[in-house]
Amino acid sequence: MTETKTDELVGRGNKEGADLFREWFDSLADAAKNGRGAAYVFVMGSMAELLHVFDFPLVLPEITSLQTAVRRVADTYLAEAEDYGYSPDICGYVKADMAVQLRGGQHPMGQIPKPSVAVMSNACNTYIKWAEIWERMYGIPLFVLDVPATRQAGGQFQPGSSDFERDRKYVEAQVRELITLCEQVSGKKFDIDRLRESLGYANDMNEGWRRVLELNKSKPSLFNAVTDGTVYLGVSNNLRGTKKGSQFFKNLVEEMEYKAAHGIGTQIVEKYRLGFVGVPCYPIFRRFSEMFTEWGGNFVHSTYLNFASGGGNLGYQYDVNRPIESLAEGYLISVREAMDNMFHQDRVVIDWVKNYELDGVVYHPIKSCRTVSTGLADGRRAMMAATDVPSLFIESDMMDKRVVSEAQMKNRADAFFEGLASRREMAKVAQT
Amino acid sequence: MAYAAGVDVGSTQTKAIIINEDREIVGRCLTDTGANVVIAAENSFAEALKTSGIREEEVEYVIGTGYGRYRVTFGNTQVTEISCHARGAAQMFPGTKTVLDMGGQDTKAIRVSPKGEVLDFCMNDKCAAGTGRFLGAAAAALDIPLGELGNVAMKAERPVKISTTCTVFAESEVLSWLGKGKKIEDILWGVHLSIASRSTALLRRVGIEDEITFTGGVTKNAGMIKSLEQALKTKLNVSDDSHYMGALGAALFALDHILAGRVPTEEKETA
Repeated sequence: MTETKTDELVGRGNKEGADLFREWFDSLADAAKNGRGAAYVFVMGSMAELLHVFDFPLVLPEITSLQTAVRRVADTYLAEAEDYGYSPDICGYVKADMAVQLRGGQHPMGQIPKPSVAVMSNACNTYIKWAEIWERMYGIPLFVLDVPATRQAGGQFQPGSSDFERDRKYVEAQVRELITLCEQVSGKKFDIDRLRESLGYANDMNEGWRRVLELNKSKPSLFNAVTDGTVYLGVSNNLRGTKKGSQFFKNLVEEMEYKAAHGIGTQIVEKYRLGFVGVPCYPIFRRFSEMFTEWGGNFVHSTYLNFASGGGNLGYQYDVNRPIESLAEGYLISVREAMDNMFHQDRVVIDWVKNYELDGVVYHPIKSCRTVSTGLADGRRAMMAATDVPSLFIESDMMDKRVVSEAQMKNRADAFFEGLASRREMAKVAQT
Repeated sequence: MAYAAGVDVGSTQTKAIIINEDREIVGRCLTDTGANVVIAAENSFAEALKTSGIREEEVEYVIGTGYGRYRVTFGNTQVTEISCHARGAAQMFPGTKTVLDMGGQDTKAIRVSPKGEVLDFCMNDKCAAGTGRFLGAAAAALDIPLGELGNVAMKAERPVKISTTCTVFAESEVLSWLGKGKKIEDILWGVHLSIASRSTALLRRVGIEDEITFTGGVTKNAGMIKSLEQALKTKLNVSDDSHYMGALGAALFALDHILAGRVPTEEKETA
């Protein structure tokens, strides 16, 4: 009985996630074929919950771009954008997307529909400059939701305070403007009950995401936050606010609770529990992970799972009885959390060291994303000052293989583990 | 008497060291790596054996290090050169707290414990600026043998400021200074100062603490030692064997392995 249950549950999230991912690309190809204009949105504050009400197909260009790297064709796409005139030094996601647009939507996973509107938060400054390109290219409207970031030393404004309420109202006013714009672009009247339904599904997903991340405190850890976690993250973004997304996370929680109860970890014997800070190295996605797993190192958490889920890690629960007000509140809290996971990651990581019992932390700054990478050196220093946990600073890129030196990265990873092993040996000697 | 060996296959040169169980160096070899890494490793080990006068079968354990460590086919295991330089430096200069290793294509800053364990490290990133290659490019542009570079540079009176960080562009910048009538020694000293400045920045990332031990092939360049000492405002630990520090560290790890595998005499007697 248990064996049957194990076969049924273990690995289900990865399989279902991959299937849903494929389905999402297929749905985009259908939309492109039928000439439907998509809403182009971003992972940090997609507003998917609202956009579903207007039946927009959702394109997440960060995800379509990173898929060119995972499928090992990013170099061709980047070269095309650079031939067109984009600098080698700007965001690789932007350039891969530009190549997709210049190719009329052609993408290795299928045709990508053209945008009819672009919606973004201010969590990344490149979002806005990127969307301005589509604005010029297609003559579409773009809508920027300006989310007040954490600006109080040592903490955020919390619900119930007058400062928070001012911020929330500021976001709510923008949400109402966005509703009007969506009505104009889609030709559909806003239906508040459909928003309630979408928020309900998003609630399931948020709670599921929070729970899954929490469950990875288990020993051994249940999933690799860089490889498996990215599959789950894809669903949390692509299917946000949908019934399928809701079901996926219910299933995933069931799988993880089962694994935790039965002490089932990942494929490796876990010797070292690691935290990951930054964006994965997509051009050598599996190989990058192997550099750590072959030493028995497993990533038990990643700031990427927090900021690239738009702060979904908090598990915010919308109040469907006051949907617009609550959508604004959830958006404010979650996007602010995403920004904090990029700009104040030291606090997050210091907390993990204790709660996830980390043996080491890997910082991965990337050449083509200044937003994520700039503060990592400071964050690392702060973490090392506050804890006794060693860290590795390993640089590459999320898209551009020209700046990914596998031999150098492996050398650094090997030296890091040699240090961890010798540290563990010393601790043993000290105990005897 | 047990013997252990370390073979450090670097991007430019391959070094082999043989030590006895008193941790004394009994054999050494330095050779160009060339295109065939496996052969370079084999040749350097064979030559080190010759200089030591001991037979291959007397060497109980061999560790490969450096970028070509996995190509040391006769080795028992591999350890990164980061750990090896730290270990070697702590053995040769027991007061070492910081190591700067400058090789052909890598410069590494390493913070070490008194026992030679790596506490933190930092390396140049996918770029040869601030490494031996940068000096090589300048030497080629000025047609001066690499071995004379430092001594010529130290004659400088008014060094130029080398602004490029790219090894390829360094050559054209050197030529442009020549075109402006600058003296060769002033240009060369500028190159040394530029590398010293980049190395100091790298060291700051791990934290600079005395004593600092300088290792790697560039330790043969007296001008580099002088420019680094000026930039760091401290004296560096350097020895004639600093070039071999990675191989020495590997040999020390190999000796650890041999000694750990031995049954202590008391236990033997009891058994």
